[in-house]
Amino acid sequence: MKNTVISVKNLVKKFGSFTANDNLNFEVYEGEIFGFLGANGAGKTTALRILSGLSSPTSGEVIVAGFNAKKEPEKIKKNIGYMCQKFSLYNDLTTRENIMLYGGIYGMRKASIKERTEDLLEKLNFREYGDRMIADLPLGMKQKLAFSVAVFHEPKIVFLDEPTGGVDPITRRQFWEMIYETADRGITIFVTTHYMDEAEYCDRISIMSEGRIVALNTPEELKKQYDAGSVEEVFVRIARPPFPPSRSAGFHAGGQNRAETKPPSGGWGPGIGEGVLE
Amino acid sequence: MQEIISASGISKKFEAAQALKDISFEVNESEIFGFIGPDGAGKTTLFRIITTLLLPDEGEIKVLGLDAIKGFLELRKNIGYMPGRFSLYQDLTVEENLNFYATVFGTTVKENYDLISDIYSHIEPFRKRIAGKLSGGMKQKLALSCALIHKPKLLVLDEPTTGVDAVSRSEFWDMLKKLKQHNITILVSTPYLDEAMRCNRVALIQNGKILSIDNPQKIREGFSRKLFSAKAPEKHKLINALREYPGTLSAYPFGDSVHITFHNDEFDDSLYEHLKKVGIEKTTITESEASIEDRFLELMKKGTTG
Amino acid sequence: MKRFLGFVKKEFLHIFRDFRTLIILFGIPTAQILIFGFVVSTDIKDAPVAFLDFSKDEVTQKISDKICSSGFFKRIDNLQNYDDIDKVFRKGRVKAVIVFGDNFGRDLISYGKAAMSIIADGSEPNTATLITNYVTAIVTDFNRELVNTSSAGNILVQPEVRMFYNPELKGHFMFVPGVITLILILICALMTSITITREKEFGTMEVLLVSPLKPVHIIVGKVLPYFILSFIDVIMILLLSWFVFDLPIKGSIILLLAETMLYILMSLSLGILISTVSKTMQQAIFISFLGLMLPTILLSGFIFPIENMPKGYDWVSAFLPPRYFIVILKNIMIKGTGFLYIWKETLILMIMTTLFIGLSIRNFKLRLE
Repeated sequence: MKNTVISVKNLVKKFGSFTANDNLNFEVYEGEIFGFLGANGAGKTTALRILSGLSSPTSGEVIVAGFNAKKEPEKIKKNIGYMCQKFSLYNDLTTRENIMLYGGIYGMRKASIKERTEDLLEKLNFREYGDRMIADLPLGMKQKLAFSVAVFHEPKIVFLDEPTGGVDPITRRQFWEMIYETADRGITIFVTTHYMDEAEYCDRISIMSEGRIVALNTPEELKKQYDAGSVEEVFVRIARPPFPPSRSAGFHAGGQNRAETKPPSGGWGPGIGEGVLE
Repeated sequence: MQEIISASGISKKFEAAQALKDISFEVNESEIFGFIGPDGAGKTTLFRIITTLLLPDEGEIKVLGLDAIKGFLELRKNIGYMPGRFSLYQDLTVEENLNFYATVFGTTVKENYDLISDIYSHIEPFRKRIAGKLSGGMKQKLALSCALIHKPKLLVLDEPTTGVDAVSRSEFWDMLKKLKQHNITILVSTPYLDEAMRCNRVALIQNGKILSIDNPQKIREGFSRKLFSAKAPEKHKLINALREYPGTLSAYPFGDSVHITFHNDEFDDSLYEHLKKVGIEKTTITESEASIEDRFLELMKKGTTG
Repeated sequence: MKRFLGFVKKEFLHIFRDFRTLIILFGIPTAQILIFGFVVSTDIKDAPVAFLDFSKDEVTQKISDKICSSGFFKRIDNLQNYDDIDKVFRKGRVKAVIVFGDNFGRDLISYGKAAMSIIADGSEPNTATLITNYVTAIVTDFNRELVNTSSAGNILVQPEVRMFYNPELKGHFMFVPGVITLILILICALMTSITITREKEFGTMEVLLVSPLKPVHIIVGKVLPYFILSFIDVIMILLLSWFVFDLPIKGSIILLLAETMLYILMSLSLGILISTVSKTMQQAIFISFLGLMLPTILLSGFIFPIENMPKGYDWVSAFLPPRYFIVILKNIMIKGTGFLYIWKETLILMIMTTLFIGLSIRNFKLRLE
């Protein structure tokens, strides 16, 4: 029996009259690599904010790492890690300072931070880079370090946003191996991405469109089901609204009408406007 | 066939880093030529040199028959350029953006409408909307329309598909393909290796160096080994077990499977036995066609081991 | 030309579409003038005054009655000696003390003139000015009556005005030249530097550079809307000061506007210069604020008189263009002097403008760094 670490039942999130998440239901298991895909404005960011305790659902039950997202968001935050491609590490701090900073933020004991920092540097083969500024490290290294920092406090779940976009193929492989290893240790990996190549590496993927989850299965099953050669093909097929008769002319009508109903979003841009946020 | 770009020995150094090292290539008329490589490979620097925004330290470059260094003012009239971040005025409407770029290039939207109609028709219903409020895919289409409005002979697109969802990306490539009919040469860069297949010819670029230039199919065929693909539920274990197997030359994760090459390009039942011993019961191993990414990996490894 | 006009049109669209820009362009000047103006000039009504009358004759009685019946002043106290003046001021009971010397009436009749003093509380310079102006006006009126009624002719009461605490009374209408100087440097330098760096930051500059648009088109196109708008601003400020606060412009208006254009040109070229050395809007704002706004407020003589500045600061102030423009404005608007008195300041501004334009052209790049 697999342990459930994320359980989402009938999740609805509304912003005024706009429904960003329309009755989502899914479970994510311990040690699983779960891909969370969707087009711009499909409602991914909104759902992600709720899962990480940053926003409260309008209705429905969301349990993350054993805590209710509506009632105990602070406890959720302590039990998750987060890494996004653009920002995770402070460029003007050294490698060592960054690691120790995150250990401190998550309330780890000083002695244990020190010891584990050295262990981590050793494991990543980063010894000589320990006192270098993050800004001076190559991209691939930053990425690996950002991931290690995100799981430094041994969270139950780590959220990754486009973790390997733009890195070279070798680094990318090394990165996925790190993720596999982390998942083997029982940490659940929750990946959101635009990049369908990344989705292929996940154990299971869900695809969101128009605020709903329209597909959820292993990449292999989905490819079989849609008779497609890649997740990208699957995605393109189902993320397209059903009505367009001709391939190129009609497609965006759906997406755009939807965009049309978007409420004007302010600075915080409540997720519904993933497009707007860019 | 006319050469649209010919570059030889281009090098460019920034304060700390060598951005480009001895880059040479040619781009032919009406082809889609892709520069494929990770972030920081030097793609943007190279494109800025081609669009006359930067001067190379060394090397010669001719674009549309003009010297890109001396003839830059003349050249700028005939290039359509879309920089990495879509260069739109966020506070102007779709229509205003397009009109502005048209007047700047001394033309009107009407004059070249047929060229952009395919692309612009997607966003035309929203012509009164502020560009900042468009989705990523729509911004991309508008930026492309703006870059095309003066009917350039050469279109230079720097990472046009980054940060855009898969559906829009796929559409975007369809549009580029159509543009070829108008005799426009397209130079495009992308970090997404899978997009290489959409180009007529590609250059794989890494650390400021070109690893290989060819048509994408040929690049794939350049993979020097027989490639096998293994699948099992326990991926991490599988990779480690495959690496321990003496016949293995390389094993690395690739999507939902593990790609393997062997020293003598084949394997026998002893591999299955080896896997069973470490507790991996169900493994399927099939021969597989190498992708651009496999070839890129191979070239990178060759580069690092000398 | 069409290209250029298209560019200018785009700039106007940016300006009119951004609420914040509009506030800075029109909201802030209006607010500043009104705030300064109203803080400065409250109408006086029943202002408390005390009299120190050493003569206590018929004439002084007449004058003080005239003053108190005007409705502007209220007699609070009659003082006995000079020491009392200090006391009533310290207590804050009165805004002014009116002093008549010995033998006031006699002097007036025998010598045809007599001296009186109006001592006002200079810690509120604007009220003080108003009070002295009003009293002087009332006394002038009295003089006129006196001339009309008496056959002697040529009899004058000469009020002598003295200020307590702030003898030079800086601040009287000084705020208008100060506000114009500040607003112009804010709009022209800050806004142009922001609008150019914004293009750099959003990557649109790359496309503009690759376009056939010439750099001079880009720069002039950026600057022209702000030139027009800031000129409108100046006219708005002048009209506002004139209608609402009766600010007189004593000198030539044409000279004033010509000098203003020069100053606008200087500020715009400074803005371009800032934009050529900053990569981001944040940087441009930082430089404009620290390098221009603060010194203009603190060191240009807008608020603190340059003569009173410690050594060194006045030296720094010599490099600030606003300093010269304030002098020019004060001369034209308040003193009503002509070009002969301000040619030096004008020349300095011209040299600075040429310097900034030269540096900007040298720094503006046809390519990226």
